[in-house]
Parts: sequence; structure tokens; C-alpha cells
Amino acid sequence: MKVSTWVRPFTWFKVLVFAASLIPAARLVVGLFTGGLGANPVEFITHTTGTFALVFLMLTLSVTPLRRITGYASLIRLRRMLGLFAFFYTCVHLSTFVVLDHFFDPAAILQDVFKRPYITAGSVGFLLMLPLALTSTAGWIRRLGGRRWQRLHRLVYFSAIAGVVHFLWLVKADLREPLIYAGVLAVLLGYRIAVWRNAPWRKKRAN
Amino acid sequence: MLIKRPADIKSSEITDKELYLNRRQFMQTASAGAAVLGTGLLAPGLLGPMSTAWGATKLDNVAKGKFSTDEPQTSLKDITSYNNFYEFGTDKGDPKRHSGSLKTRPWTVEVEGEVHKPRTFDIEELLKMPLEERVYRLRCVEAWSMVIPWIGFELSHLIKLVEPTNNAKYIQFVTLYDTEQMPGQRRGILDWPYTEGLRMDEAMNPLTIMGVGLYGEVMPNQNGAPIRLVVPWKYGFKSGKSIVKIRFVEEEPPTSWNMAAPHEYGFYSNVNPTVNHPRWSQASERRIGDFFRRKTLMFNGYEEQVAHLYKGMDLKKLY
Repeated sequence: MKVSTWVRPFTWFKVLVFAASLIPAARLVVGLFTGGLGANPVEFITHTTGTFALVFLMLTLSVTPLRRITGYASLIRLRRMLGLFAFFYTCVHLSTFVVLDHFFDPAAILQDVFKRPYITAGSVGFLLMLPLALTSTAGWIRRLGGRRWQRLHRLVYFSAIAGVVHFLWLVKADLREPLIYAGVLAVLLGYRIAVWRNAPWRKKRAN
Repeated sequence: MLIKRPADIKSSEITDKELYLNRRQFMQTASAGAAVLGTGLLAPGLLGPMSTAWGATKLDNVAKGKFSTDEPQTSLKDITSYNNFYEFGTDKGDPKRHSGSLKTRPWTVEVEGEVHKPRTFDIEELLKMPLEERVYRLRCVEAWSMVIPWIGFELSHLIKLVEPTNNAKYIQFVTLYDTEQMPGQRRGILDWPYTEGLRMDEAMNPLTIMGVGLYGEVMPNQNGAPIRLVVPWKYGFKSGKSIVKIRFVEEEPPTSWNMAAPHEYGFYSNVNPTVNHPRWSQASERRIGDFFRRKTLMFNGYEEQVAHLYKGMDLKKLY
């Protein structure tokens, strides 16, 4: 009976994380109706959703290291949800750009995507996320098979890199904030490289 | 041509200024209180500059100026809460939050260089120049815009007082450099102090004003108090804020954003929808308060007044 008493509190924890993940979106909705988004609401929504897309990407990428370091294996059950929240905020971010910023002006949008390197990087980040969100279900894991599914989902590393580059390339002069994300991502990816380099199968081959 | 007169509503009545002022006063009182507690200094003088903060002083003898647009004016709240003034931080809300530390009295503007009569102006003298209200469009290089009822005087008046020599081809404008008053300067985001420049004919153009106020009152700190440049046909960053020095020079002076990113910000930086910023389009802009973008106008709509200044120049190269 040890297991079931363990599962229940974790389920509650997951519900809590889910609710917390919606707070930024809820604040935007409230702000939209109360005029609390400042002088340039479109910019505010764009920046907020972009920020939280990156935050959730970083959180998603933190799950595996945290799990290994703390030995708290159940954390894996948060990963898909966090990843889908990253995708959710990315979608709102992209929709803001397409609808609120350009109001479906295809010429302006395409010009931005292909001529503005930071928007190109952002678009790449989004496109890399798309197959991951689509294959995030248990059915797709089964259909693809664990190993292939996992290989596909390594695209998230490149999506996160594209996201950080997107941020770095858009700021005018103050690089502090994007550099924080770059630093966090470097640690998260560095951890994986370290694990990979120390993998037993790799050592065996080296010997 | 029919020129519509702006509505007879006092511009200061358009927004909920009372609310804004109360909030600001509260914050200033609170920060002054914190300063007193923090330093243990109970000298009454400490509260001096705080109590003469913006809102107390209405500017008198302001004439209705030329060139004013009758487009709807951006609200005082938006004008004073959405600012690029990196001396107080890079977030748009930072200038409002952090500019309480700026002391605008005493304040002097030193005029030097290639002039026959170099001199230092006290801010009180400058406030006695022929003040006009000029409702100008402001177009930021970041593709947003506002309509601001500035109060100021034509820069040409000041230029005539100091009598430039024949060598004076450009004018450089230098912003205050004081990390105590301008905490954003503690970080080397730009090469402080902020400097900007104009060619002499641009400076002499009647559109170019030294702004000392807006919405009928003295300049709010976050908008460049107590005196700033306003050059409405150029991107906003060309209009240096909180100016302490005006230097007449022979060569094109270095300018802050140009030094930071020369391929992105040229010396001229005229509003030009056909020359894009390398990282974003300049073809359209979002007027603060509007939902839809609007087309950006050549020279920000001041083509008639300034196009002649650039005749024969390749504005794609000299952006």
C-alpha cells in the first residue's frame, strides 16, 4: 500500500503545477480586460508569452537532471505537461505575432520570417516543437517505439537553442536577460553532455 | 486647405492625471521617507527637490505653436509610463520607477565649442525663452509611436544667442552623467554619457525644439527633465534627454547608439519607411493606444518641412 499513498500526493502536486502554469496566461487575460497591460499591450503579451515559452522549455529540460540528482523518479510525470505548456505559450506567442501584431498580413509576416534573423530563429524553434507536441501522447510513444520516440524528442534541445538565439538576436543593447537563459540552457545541456561522456557503454568502448 | 483646430479641451484634462499624480507623490514620499530612515539624515533640505517634483509646476506664457498635429494625443499616463531612457534602466517601466532620483534643480546647460559667445545657461533662464506648445508625432526606432503635446522653444533661438563661428557645422548634445541620480548608468549598456548630434541646418530647422515640458506642465523626469531635445522627423533616440552640454563642433560628432551598433543606427536616423532596421521593418508602426498598425510616413510626416535638408543625399546609405 506504500505505492498508492505515494501516488496520491504526487497527483495533487501535478494538479498544483498545472494550475500554477496557467497563472501567467490568466494574468494576461485579466490584464486585457482591466487595461493592466500597459501602454503597449501587444508588446506586453508578446514579451510575456515569449518569456514563459522559454521558462517552460527550461523547466522541461530540468526534469531529467533533477530526477537523477534527487533520485525523485516521479518527477518524470511532470515532463510532458511542462513541455506542452512550453508549446502552449509558444503558440500564444506566435498567434500574437500573426494576429495582433500583423493582423494576418501574409506579406509582412513572410518578410519578417525570412528577412529578420531573430524571427527566423523563433520560427525554427516553433517548427521543431511541433512534431514533439503532436507525438506527445502515449499512443505515439507506442507507435514509434521508445527508442525512436526518444531520439525524435531530442529535437527539444535544438528548439531551446533556437528559442534562446531568438531572444539574443532581438534585444537592442541589454543582453542580460537573454544571457541568463543562455546560461541556464548551457548548464542543462552541459549536464547531458557530461552524462553522455561518462556513460558506461562509452567507457567500455574507449577501453 | 482647411486646418482643423484641436478641440478646446485642456490637454491636461484628457487623462486621469490626478490618479497618476497621487500615485507618484505617494511613491516619492515613500522613497523620501525610506531615504531619511536609511541614512538617518533628517535635514529638511533633503525633501526639497522631492516636493518640487513634477506636477507642482504649470508652465506659463505658452503660446500655441506652429506645426502641431490635430491627431488624438497619447494619454499622459502612457507618455509617462512607457519610456526608453536607459539611464534609468532598459525596461519601458524603469524610467518612471527610477527617475525620482533625478535632481532637476539646480541645473545648468553649458554651451561651448565653435561659438563666439560660449556661456552657461541656468535652467530658469531657458524657461524664459519663448515657449510654445508643439503637438508632434514621436516615432521610436522600435516601430511604435505617440502624439505628444510638447512645450519648448526653438533651438534656433538658443543658437543665435551664442553666435556660432563659421567652423560650427554640427552640434553635439550631452546628457547628464551621474550614476547616483541615473542608476542605469552603472551598467555599461551604452557608452555614457549619452551623446547625440545634429547637423547645423537640422538644428536650425524651426521644427527642432528644446523641450521643457509636456501637457502644459514642466517635463516629467522620465521624459528627459528638465530639458531635452525634440526632433520629430527623426527616430526618438536622436532626441537626447536631460541635457547638460551643447557643443558646437566642426566634425560629425560621435553618437551613442551609432557607437553601440553602427550598422543599425546611423548619424541621421531620419524616420524612413523604405529603409528597414536590419532586424525589423520600419514600414509600419503601432501608435500607442491603437490596435492596428499604421503606415510609417517619410520623415514621420514632416517631409514638407525637412525634405530639402537631404536633397541629393542617398538616404539608404546615410540612414
